Amino acid sequence: MPKFGQRLSGISIEHMVILLMWCVFSLVAGLFFWILWEIFSNGLSQVSWTFLTESPRSGGREGGIASVLVATAMIVGICMLVALPIGVGTAVWLVEFTPANSSFSRIVRMSLDVLAAMPSIVFGLFGNAFFSITLGLGFSILSGGLTLTCMVLPFLIRTCVEALYAVPSSYRLGAAALGLSRTSTLWNLLLPTAMSGIVTGFLLGMGRALAETAALLFTSGYVDRMPESIFDSGRTISIHIYDLSMNVPGGEPPAYGSAVVLIILLLVINFTILGITRYWQHRRLT
Amino acid sequence: MLSKHITLSHSQIDTLLRHGLRVLALTSSFIVILIILFLFSESFGIVGEISPLRFFTDPGWYPTSEQFNLLPMIVGSLCLMMSALLLAAPLAILTAVFCNFYAPPALAVIVRRLIEIFTAIPSVIYGLWGLVVLVPIIASIQAPGASLLAGSIVLAIMIFPTIAMVSDSVIVAVPKKYIKGAVALGLERYSVIFSVVLPTAKSGLFAGMLLGAARAVGETMAVLMVCGNIVQMPSSLFDPIRALTSNIALEMAYAMDIHRTALFVSGTLLLMLVLILIILNEIYQSKHHHA
Repeated sequence: MPKFGQRLSGISIEHMVILLMWCVFSLVAGLFFWILWEIFSNGLSQVSWTFLTESPRSGGREGGIASVLVATAMIVGICMLVALPIGVGTAVWLVEFTPANSSFSRIVRMSLDVLAAMPSIVFGLFGNAFFSITLGLGFSILSGGLTLTCMVLPFLIRTCVEALYAVPSSYRLGAAALGLSRTSTLWNLLLPTAMSGIVTGFLLGMGRALAETAALLFTSGYVDRMPESIFDSGRTISIHIYDLSMNVPGGEPPAYGSAVVLIILLLVINFTILGITRYWQHRRLT
Repeated sequence: MLSKHITLSHSQIDTLLRHGLRVLALTSSFIVILIILFLFSESFGIVGEISPLRFFTDPGWYPTSEQFNLLPMIVGSLCLMMSALLLAAPLAILTAVFCNFYAPPALAVIVRRLIEIFTAIPSVIYGLWGLVVLVPIIASIQAPGASLLAGSIVLAIMIFPTIAMVSDSVIVAVPKKYIKGAVALGLERYSVIFSVVLPTAKSGLFAGMLLGAARAVGETMAVLMVCGNIVQMPSSLFDPIRALTSNIALEMAYAMDIHRTALFVSGTLLLMLVLILIILNEIYQSKHHHA
């Protein structure tokens, strides 16, 4: 009999926990769908061909976001162009050319961990002091891009390191047995095998760069004109959203429109990553 | 003869590659040193001119009359961090439990995907939502709306995916034999979770919370957009506040000389705060791995 009573009360607590779980889930899911709904329901009507191809007028209230998109592409492009060789090179060196427990390798890993944890505003301070002032690049697309390079590097390296670790060591042994040089082993065997991971890291870094605002506020600046060179100041789409919603009265509709464009860009990147991962897993299995 | 001069032997190319890669790796790690060097050198320019104690004892933050009390902003940042964590951590851990023990498998996959996607959403988007939707709602309860509460809620939403992802991986890693043993003893599902799974995962969950806290303290844009940015000690949840990060973002554009240096000092403080949280996170992570 006591067993029966225990079981009865047990069931009722279990039921309450199940209820609690579903409540938590609905709350969280509801909140996130609310945010997305708010952005898309207000922003989708703003997005049109002219919105994407015209430059902003009167502080962004009128016109579109063409110059902003160009500046964003240039800043993210510079960021990834510089980050890719440094990132992949560092990852290859960490995995293939140095023992994981050597002190130099440990220092590199630790400094990358620190870099990954730094708040973005600190990158902004550093970028302003180093790229804009010490190197004399001023408020420019170039100093913004280079500041973002510092920011995305640890994520790029981490993904590449994981990709290289996933290459079976029998590949390396086989290549060595065939008398291939380290260079051609790397170029013809390791990098192609790890390519999906490297591309994923590249896209992840790109997503981070696109989402960033605080590090660019005083490195690439605010100017919303069409940039003519990488030494011009230019604002990314994230800064555009911030500026429209905070500093431009009546700037909310285009801010929503830009937010929709930004979210769609990020979703495309995310689903590409998912697609690559799926495709590669499938290929590895068959 | 000629070809011998032009073509490099295998080992020569390998040596070149090795050196090239080492230079790249050095560059990567040099960035951190460079950042810390610059923050410190810009911050310590101030030491000869004013006493560091003044950052805590000055009557207020009036940079134009050279008064630099950072205390209200430090308190503001810490309050934001704590309240965001209080809101986000229980929900995130329960969501992770939900994915592992209560959700139908197909739903769990979708939830995990969504959480991943929400980590990629930029802070300005959360800030925009907070500014346009949340702040008016709070203002209808008590003006002005832009407040510690608005900041805490937006930050909680932002750090939720981070904590949930870490919690999920920690809970997945709880050895299956513990769970099977508990089930074999006749424990109900909820008591398996609350008396076996969560206690086993404790330090890992704590590490996830510290990671969330580090993100919350370092967040700039969303906080800048919804907190009101008035420099004051918060006395209630509805008071507008200014965080350390927003202070830098707001004033860096026009700050000169000693004012600029004061902003670098607050950046250094911020970095140290985040590093302490990250080191604690590492400690709990290794504790978790050894447990």
